[in-house]
Amino acid sequence: MKTKPFLAPLGTLVLLFAATPAAAQQAASAAAPPPGSSTTPTPPPMSQEALIEQAMGLTGSVTDESEWQDLGIAIPAFATNRDQPTPANTQGTAALGQELARVVYADLRNNGLFRPTGPDSLPQPSYAQITAPEYATWRGRSAEMLVHGYVRAGADDRLTVGCYLYDVQLQREVVREGWVVAPGEWRRAAHKCADLVYSRLSGEDPFFDSKIAYIAETGPKDNRVKRLAIMDSDGANHRFITGGTSMALTPRYSPDYSKILYLSYLNGFPRIFTYDIATGQQTLVTENRNPTFAPRWAPDGQHILFSMATAGNTEIYRVRATGGQPVRLTDSPGLDVGGSYSPDGSRIVFESDRSGSQQCYIMDADGSNQRRISFFGGRCATPEWSPRGDLIAFTHIAGDLRVAVMTPSGGGMRHLTRSWQDEAPTWAPNGRIVQFFRTQRGSGEASLWQVDVTGRNERRLPTPVGASDPAWGPVLP
Amino acid sequence: MHKYAIALTAAGALALGACSRNAPEELPPAPQMPTTTAPTPGPATPGAAQPGTQAHFMQMMSGRDTIYFDTDRYNIDSQDQVALQAQAQYMMQYATARATIEGHADERGTREYNLALGERRANAALNYLVSLGVPANRLTTVSYGKERPKSMGANESAWAQNRRAVTVVLN
Repeated sequence: MKTKPFLAPLGTLVLLFAATPAAAQQAASAAAPPPGSSTTPTPPPMSQEALIEQAMGLTGSVTDESEWQDLGIAIPAFATNRDQPTPANTQGTAALGQELARVVYADLRNNGLFRPTGPDSLPQPSYAQITAPEYATWRGRSAEMLVHGYVRAGADDRLTVGCYLYDVQLQREVVREGWVVAPGEWRRAAHKCADLVYSRLSGEDPFFDSKIAYIAETGPKDNRVKRLAIMDSDGANHRFITGGTSMALTPRYSPDYSKILYLSYLNGFPRIFTYDIATGQQTLVTENRNPTFAPRWAPDGQHILFSMATAGNTEIYRVRATGGQPVRLTDSPGLDVGGSYSPDGSRIVFESDRSGSQQCYIMDADGSNQRRISFFGGRCATPEWSPRGDLIAFTHIAGDLRVAVMTPSGGGMRHLTRSWQDEAPTWAPNGRIVQFFRTQRGSGEASLWQVDVTGRNERRLPTPVGASDPAWGPVLP
Repeated sequence: MHKYAIALTAAGALALGACSRNAPEELPPAPQMPTTTAPTPGPATPGAAQPGTQAHFMQMMSGRDTIYFDTDRYNIDSQDQVALQAQAQYMMQYATARATIEGHADERGTREYNLALGERRANAALNYLVSLGVPANRLTTVSYGKERPKSMGANESAWAQNRRAVTVVLN
């Protein structure tokens, strides 16, 4: 567990069933059937797992065309051992249990995953039923899978949340996990539960328990106020970071979520600052009179890429996150901008107009071996390497701006969106969803959107005001 | 015969290019004259801005404070040169005046590239002013990319007005 002060709140999310902390055991009161508190549960043997997968028609390679998309999943309210006050919900832990199930349901439904049914249209299981489901009830509701959960408030206000996935047909538990969270972090437990269900049934990596940094936009088109803001992956826990006096652009979460890199016009000139989330302190990434922009983290969080214009010509530089002398990686008369590391940190994809128009290039992390990869017509801008490494998302400019993907060698280009102006893709932590911002023609109003890497299931992410420059962070530590 | 045809085509293309690259005839609104009830400090006559200030510069330039660019371009053409020569004369006449050149791009590009492009355009203007004798230490640049459009429209003529470099005298 992290010991840095800013991570303290996050560090309280303890994996319960894996670690089985003593506190959690004590939290289980003697009265009710203590779900999951018997002994450390062992995962089902491989043979069972294979059986389940066979029964559900799953195969080794899972795409969104697989049958898991059609699985009906019932997500009734999480039960509580004793309805009692909690700082997480003014109405107590029973109401909180309802909210937890709603978050799990919304995660799956809003992302077009499975055919979920939420707690508001389902009977509520008792606390005892969480570990012993009434399979007949759920079979009657044509649910193939069942999510059960419970929430208990401890003496220290901390919450213990358990999450169980059952196969209704086989009448068997598929997986379970539990977490101990501070009251303010209760939504994380729900996201963890959604992640557990999603990753177990799809074979994909989790992504719900993550955050997004972006730019909140208000005001008229010629004098728009742009503020740094953050929120959870589902838009909850929204928070403005900057006040809007200085224009803020292009944020990027550090891999450990402790800092945000972003561009600010503080003092009138565009330069990159590091914002420390715990202390609220801001520091210049590099002391220089030249404008710096397009900040990016290296996957290890130890280095930062930035673009700097000198006498009008922009090149890409790398500097240690702690400061020091920047190293120039590009050297061309064209504008070299941005940069996104491959997941292993060995290569960087960036954009350059050295050929006469914006195109995408790849170089080794030390700046050597620069070569163009985009040869499909139009312009290639804002390339972002998928966390899986298999694809690069970018803005394809050919009249309109559209989000597209290609392989790291520039092959297999395909559009994910078709609109007037979609730009600046950022990846979900598991590389299955691309988020971007869409600008409305005329008003110039911007909003955040997501689309599956298959190009399907395009949806808008609600934000309190206009929104641009989304940056999706990794799964929370 | 052949040569003639080619020359004609080239001239036609040039004319076309000049048409599309410059903002429409429409000029920025005339600078606001201070009302006589607001006395300006210094020797300025009532109704006129004080020399060496942004208001005075705007008044003297009457639109030549701004130069316009083609999509993704940053070259200084003959029309830009006329405007920049007027700016340079002003800067040399008022030897203590300092100015910043704001570089802008239209909205039909990505945000970060447009920041780089705006900076390149501002520097093209700065370099030309310096070549005319304006001391470089009296000039700075700042790029706003596509963040501060002048024309609110979403069409070619609006975008042409927004691809610009604006010289602003620092008071």
